[in-house]
Amino acid sequence: MNLIELNDIRKTYHLGEIDVPVLKGVSMAVAGGELVALMGASGSGKSTLMNILGCLDRPSSGEYWLDGQEVSRYSNDQRAMVRNQKIGFVFQSFNLLSRTTALENVTMPLTYTADFLTPKERHERGMAMLTRVGLDDRSHHHPSQLSGGQQQRVAIARALINNPPVLFADEPTGNLDSKTSEEVLRMFKQLNEDDGITIILVTHDVTVASHARRTIHIHDGLIVNGAYSHASTDSKPAGGGL
Amino acid sequence: MKLQGTLHTAMRALCRNPMRALLTTLGIVIGIGAVIAMMEIGQGSSAAIQKSITSMGANNLLILPGTASSGGVSFGAGSTMTLTPGDYEAIVRDCPAVRCGAPIVRARTQLVYNGRNWVPQSMSGSTPSLLEVQLWKDLADGECFTDRDVLNSNRVCLVGQTIARELFQGENPIGKELRIKNVAFKVIGVLSAKGANMVGMDQDDIVIAPWTSIKFRVSGSSLTNTNQSSSAAASAVNTLSQVYPSNQVALYPDKSDTQIADSMLTVRFVNVDQILVSAISPEEIPAAMQQITAVLRERHRLQRGEPDDFSIRDMTEMSKVLTSTTTLMTNLLLCVAMISLLVGGVGIMNIMLVSVTERTREIGLRMAVGARSKDILWQFLVEAVVLCLVGGIIGILLGHGGSLMVEAFLHWPVETSPTAIVSAVGVSATVGIVFGFYPAWKASRLDPIDALRYE
Repeated sequence: MNLIELNDIRKTYHLGEIDVPVLKGVSMAVAGGELVALMGASGSGKSTLMNILGCLDRPSSGEYWLDGQEVSRYSNDQRAMVRNQKIGFVFQSFNLLSRTTALENVTMPLTYTADFLTPKERHERGMAMLTRVGLDDRSHHHPSQLSGGQQQRVAIARALINNPPVLFADEPTGNLDSKTSEEVLRMFKQLNEDDGITIILVTHDVTVASHARRTIHIHDGLIVNGAYSHASTDSKPAGGGL
Repeated sequence: MKLQGTLHTAMRALCRNPMRALLTTLGIVIGIGAVIAMMEIGQGSSAAIQKSITSMGANNLLILPGTASSGGVSFGAGSTMTLTPGDYEAIVRDCPAVRCGAPIVRARTQLVYNGRNWVPQSMSGSTPSLLEVQLWKDLADGECFTDRDVLNSNRVCLVGQTIARELFQGENPIGKELRIKNVAFKVIGVLSAKGANMVGMDQDDIVIAPWTSIKFRVSGSSLTNTNQSSSAAASAVNTLSQVYPSNQVALYPDKSDTQIADSMLTVRFVNVDQILVSAISPEEIPAAMQQITAVLRERHRLQRGEPDDFSIRDMTEMSKVLTSTTTLMTNLLLCVAMISLLVGGVGIMNIMLVSVTERTREIGLRMAVGARSKDILWQFLVEAVVLCLVGGIIGILLGHGGSLMVEAFLHWPVETSPTAIVSAVGVSATVGIVFGFYPAWKASRLDPIDALRYE
């Protein structure tokens, strides 16, 4: 069964009188444990698709199955819960809280987790995540005291704190030099291979996309190729979750 | 647990920018500080004003005996003799709304000292509690007579400033003997100056002595058969009563004045001219009047339906002044308080709005990692309330300190007001909620996608 499955997702923005269709019927699937790159020029609908995949936005129509749940009609609060539990985000500009230690940045999503954690447990979990990205010695540094690569690793640790099955990385290397980019991408690969986390890399950089096993190209609101992995292509007509 | 988490988040967020938090709070600190200081200084002044109005007798009730009438001719208020010293004691003992009281025996006669004479406007025989009733506690010099002096009808008296001036011509009156209708009284105290009362009568033109002394040694009359018009024992010299003896046949030979002064009349039933009592507070005056009426009716054995044989007067005019002054002061303070808090609250709202704009990306991030709009709303609301409460507490300390300083250096009357402090805390929390709500609501309505992309 696919972790992510999109059936005929459409998104239309209404700008006054004019309807602007951005996604014109996207269908795709990502199986658990994949490392997929999502590529497209600006204006292609890449960001919109990314927002819908990340449960930040709702599609105008279509079905979105995430980890066995149809989430496209979820309310705002329900989607917040899904984001908290099932999805990790890594952003181009890191989006760390300034004047806040790395550890606190990492444990921040736990504030919005429903189940109760004592401060000690939170601390331990945060430290474990920082160790995983190799920054346990920097736990009390503020973002301004960390290099770009280190900041992005803190952001990755934050994305992983709730053990989500899927990680969305939106241009994760856009603000990094090539050396640290390599470092970060290696970390994604490692997380994908060792821990089986599904990772979706949104990028327009071919070098970055080359790290992925599969690349989905989107152009003008439609997926050009790579919508289904070869293994799952055959099962597509069966309709997955249906 | 959830609240604790929100509180923690809010505190961390505030601590990330301590300078701004401090400046934001400053509005509330000054607001609440001003309120507390104004309240305390204002209440102090208000209390001082009330006290000075009260010292004019606003709390006082005057109990007069009833009206005697004979053949349709009324003799006016106080012409029967129904009030006794026992009534006074019963009123003070049995009426909880009465703070203190004093019986008064009046006389009007001549004082003589060292070749000068003077007729004081007011000569009162009373008990030491009279000074308390009239809030005339501090004597300019000497000391007050005691209850023992009253029991023994000792010949001691207090004189007012006017008498000290007119009769003693600048000499120290303490220890001197003056004669009141040829009875020697020793001056043991001089009253402090009080000036004219509301109708322009000089309140310092007064002699106060134990009521027994005035009653038995000066007025020399204690019998109940006289009414006011014929009891003018003081002016026996110029009446025609000796030329036309009309009323009574004297069973015993007349006593000389000296004999009368030296031998006290031991009549059991004595009357007093008035009883002056002071209610606990202006609000208690109606209750005090009711209680006094009940006590006196019972003591005078009046049947149901029988009219009162006494009357009670209150100082309506003065109590009206008192209430209106108090209301005015309270409203004035309230206005000042409201304006200060409004300014402080708008300051908080302003900074919170700036803060929301500035932290748009943070809000977007928090939403992306799973914060519901409710969580964001609460975070910003709690931040505002924490700011206001902390500001409120600092403001209370500052305001209280300020009013203490005013008291210490300027000697203004100050009254610590726990109500003001409690309400200041409540109000600052309310201000936080009211003025923090809009920015928090705005923050919670942000779209995570736009917020994340916000530069």
